[in-house]
Amino acid sequence: MSEKVKFFPGREISSKAMESGEVLTKYYSADLNYSWSTGIAVTRFLQELKQGKIIGRKCNKCDRVLVPPRIFCEDCFRTTDEWVYVKDTGVVNTYSIAHVGTDASRLKEPMYIAVINVDGPTKGMGFLHYLGEIKSEHEIKVGMKVQAVWKPENERTGSILDIRYFKPI
Amino acid sequence: MPAGREVAIVGIGASKFDSVTSGISYKELMYEAAVHAYSDAGIDVRNDVGSFICCAEDFWEGNSISDEYMPDQIGAKLRPLFTVCGDGLLGLAHAYMHVLAGVSDLVVVESHSKLSDVTSKDLVEDLGFDPHFGRIPGVEPKYLAGLEMRRYLEESGNTHEDCASVVVKNKRNALRNPRAVYGDNLSNQDVLASEEIASPLTKREISSPADGSVVVVVASAAKARRLSGKNKPVWVSGISWFSDTPNVEEMDLGQALYASNSARKAYEMARIRKPLTQIDFAEIDDTYAYKELQHIEALGLAKRAGKFVSSGKADPDGQIPINVSGGSLGMGSFVEASALVRAYESALQLRGEAGKMQLHNPKRCVVQSWRGIPTQSGVTAVLSI
Ligand SMILES: [Zn+2]
Repeated sequence: MSEKVKFFPGREISSKAMESGEVLTKYYSADLNYSWSTGIAVTRFLQELKQGKIIGRKCNKCDRVLVPPRIFCEDCFRTTDEWVYVKDTGVVNTYSIAHVGTDASRLKEPMYIAVINVDGPTKGMGFLHYLGEIKSEHEIKVGMKVQAVWKPENERTGSILDIRYFKPI
Repeated sequence: MPAGREVAIVGIGASKFDSVTSGISYKELMYEAAVHAYSDAGIDVRNDVGSFICCAEDFWEGNSISDEYMPDQIGAKLRPLFTVCGDGLLGLAHAYMHVLAGVSDLVVVESHSKLSDVTSKDLVEDLGFDPHFGRIPGVEPKYLAGLEMRRYLEESGNTHEDCASVVVKNKRNALRNPRAVYGDNLSNQDVLASEEIASPLTKREISSPADGSVVVVVASAAKARRLSGKNKPVWVSGISWFSDTPNVEEMDLGQALYASNSARKAYEMARIRKPLTQIDFAEIDDTYAYKELQHIEALGLAKRAGKFVSSGKADPDGQIPINVSGGSLGMGSFVEASALVRAYESALQLRGEAGKMQLHNPKRCVVQSWRGIPTQSGVTAVLSI
């Protein structure tokens, strides 16, 4: 009940009702497994990340570079034309400071999550990623310039997390 | 407007079909099918299409809210799109309604299977069963097909041998279909002697998984006329869907009521009174061999489907060819997309583009779907040229 709602028809379920078996639930846990084909475009992209490089696909009709790459341009609805490397620097489009972990506990140190528009590709392309090497949350700004901090080569697996985070520059 | 000539399929496209497509993502499969369909229809998807409908089940996709991931690869970014959690023919039914309701005069329907990405297929099937009473621990869910098959054979008087002739026919038909990957030359004995999965159901009576995407472009009669089109429109003359109860104990396992009831309505819309003489061929659900027999009877194509098939009346040169494409037994099971594969193959036949499989001048066919175990739900459509 909130301050405004003093009375609500019906009754609340007590923990006693749950424990005594008066109210029952059926528990089921599914262990589903998938092995998604990354496909033509994303496979190349992940292989390049392992080499410490970011690659996109260019559509010669609208001149956009698509990062992460795809074999089709969704705006023009046509097959993209060529592979293009892009820089590992970019700009913070927006960010959020996350205080709660996956198990709903308060994080000791907040995590900085950002949408990063990578330099080079057309506006609006890039990554959802962590920001790192942040001394104070007040230094983060929309429009701030950042650069990828890569894992050492022998730790890279061909994953977006081969970039550890983006740091302010 | 003549009845059954209001909504037409004006373009069809398919990706390559295969048992495994590991180098290609589901988005890339969808793109391939879409490019073919839009080129076939002669349309500019970014400007001409007013509504997009995908048919997918989140558990097969492995992604909740999977509709969010559909637009880009079929040209639907910043356009109206929604996903039907049902089979491809149900998407066609929605497209039919969109056209008649004036939502759009050009609608795209897509459905795909990327079953090779799903490594726990039986678990996904199990999740479809009733959580309180339907999940029997310790056994693979196909036992429900075994239960249904036994009940059906008992009631109908058809035999296990008849089921085997369905497999033989469909896998033989598939040998002439360049898109089919499960073609084979088998004998009834080969089928009956294959491994028992859920008795009486044997391994070769079960369709195997396949990957692929199908896109269908649907238009109003006026729009179909305006499209200069090299293709004759394939009319959706009737379409209907139906569900039985989800309770296994209460559903009619002997008869496919979802098929007989949806067929009655679809036939009525298409003014079909005697399917036996008015239908030229059928592409119907054969996820399991006995299902084809059950569906033939429910659709009114034969009283004793077993005899009908085993005597050759369902062969490509028979009275009513059934699954000339090879069906799911010959082409593979595409889960939600199976029915759209059947519609695709039917449209090719009606347009006279079925190559080696081409029947002589067919005018009208029935396409029918079933959503697989544990459901008793399905769609029936009548297509005509
Ligand atoms: Zn473009």
